Amino acid sequence: MFDFLSDYDDPTLLGAFWVTVQLTVLSAIGSLIWGTLLAAMRVSPVPLMRGFGTAYVNIVRNIPLTVIIVFTSLGLANIFGVTMGVPDDFEAKAFRLAVLGLVAYTGAFVCEAIRSGINTVPVGQAEAARAIGLSFSQVLRLIVLPQAFRSVIGPLANVLIALTKNTTVAATIGVAEAALLMKDMIENEAQTVLIGAVFAFGFVVLTLPTGLILGWLSKRLAVKR
Amino acid sequence: MTEVSVAKEDVAATGELVVLKSVNKHFGALHVLQDIDLTIARGEVVVVIGPSGSGKSTLCRTINRLETTDSGSITIDGNPLPAEGKALAKLRADVGMVFQSFNLFAHKTVLENVMLGQIKVRKKDKKAAEERARALLDRVGVGAQAEKYPAQLSGGQQQRVAIARALAMEPKVMLFDEPTSALDPEMINEVLEVMQQLARDGMTMIVVTHEMGFARSAANRVVFMADGRIVEEAAPDQFFSNPRSDRAKDFLSKILHH
Repeated sequence: MFDFLSDYDDPTLLGAFWVTVQLTVLSAIGSLIWGTLLAAMRVSPVPLMRGFGTAYVNIVRNIPLTVIIVFTSLGLANIFGVTMGVPDDFEAKAFRLAVLGLVAYTGAFVCEAIRSGINTVPVGQAEAARAIGLSFSQVLRLIVLPQAFRSVIGPLANVLIALTKNTTVAATIGVAEAALLMKDMIENEAQTVLIGAVFAFGFVVLTLPTGLILGWLSKRLAVKR
Repeated sequence: MTEVSVAKEDVAATGELVVLKSVNKHFGALHVLQDIDLTIARGEVVVVIGPSGSGKSTLCRTINRLETTDSGSITIDGNPLPAEGKALAKLRADVGMVFQSFNLFAHKTVLENVMLGQIKVRKKDKKAAEERARALLDRVGVGAQAEKYPAQLSGGQQQRVAIARALAMEPKVMLFDEPTSALDPEMINEVLEVMQQLARDGMTMIVVTHEMGFARSAANRVVFMADGRIVEEAAPDQFFSNPRSDRAKDFLSKILHH
């Protein structure tokens, strides 16, 4: 029943999912960093930074991811000549552009999750931190963000699960991840429903542990008040 | 010339530590601080009392600029209070603050709470900071709780840790914003005893409180505020036995005869 799977070796099923995992992990790291920076901008006392953070989030999270990913390839790469350090390697370039697009997009959602976490930290925490002479960035890094992160691990798990599934959009610019292989298989094979089930199962295998582990972490790391 | 400047430095070194001159502040239409003039000498313990809404907490919080002011000047040890930035942070490190709701850093242990400012602001190495933190925690009587998190401590213990955290910065002056108002009655004394000890050791203190016993026994001066103004300033004995203003007489008659 599953014999059709052995006809695919470039990439294999596991190979394609491995690319999905790489896209997810790199984009997750990038968007957590970028999202935290954006959140810091949105609460900063500098009006210019606050303005940039607000404008960025409101523009980027309202554009379809497909438009952003396609723009990285057709816009950034083809028109503006962005090569991502690999001008001649089409596959690597597409992969890196996809990570860039996913980070830009997911960062906006990470930012909003963290910002809602910042709002759960009592004002007194920041006041006490300022009162012992910490600077704005120290108050944020040492006192507010660590507590904010712990209170939004649950919502961040949602963002990361969405990111895992959103990596399928990278297929539109030719990144050889799971969804691109699925499209190939559906074109060439008869067992459409079975193929769909195999890939759906593959994504559940990736996302279920994310939700469970982060759910456990959020309970364990919760700040007791 | 030299004599004059020496004399000036002398005044700064021994005399006035905190000086507020015609300080005004509004919350919207509410004129919460009205032309406040207040001078606190080095080593003095000043207790600020008054009915709620009289602006005493706001006054306390303006001294390290947790509240901004609309006009007037505040100087600490001869330096005007900076508006923002590094200079303000530096000055705040010299002004210890104890809050009504303790505000211990919830994600850090008691020991880390007392070490943090020493390491990040005073740039001490970890070992020296830990040594001083443990000594201070012993001094306020919570040395055995050093490894616990704030939520595991009673209110009285948390407030004593908060006092240790402020003392760790070696402040020139300590501000207490209703330090016992959020405590269960049986825990008030353990905090007041630590504050009495501090006062005896010569710390300059500005204490907003409803604890008249503390005002009587530890204060050099009582400042009575009502409706955003300083109505009366006097030595505690004189203030409690023979208040001059009607407003103060009225206030004392309400709180002392229960």
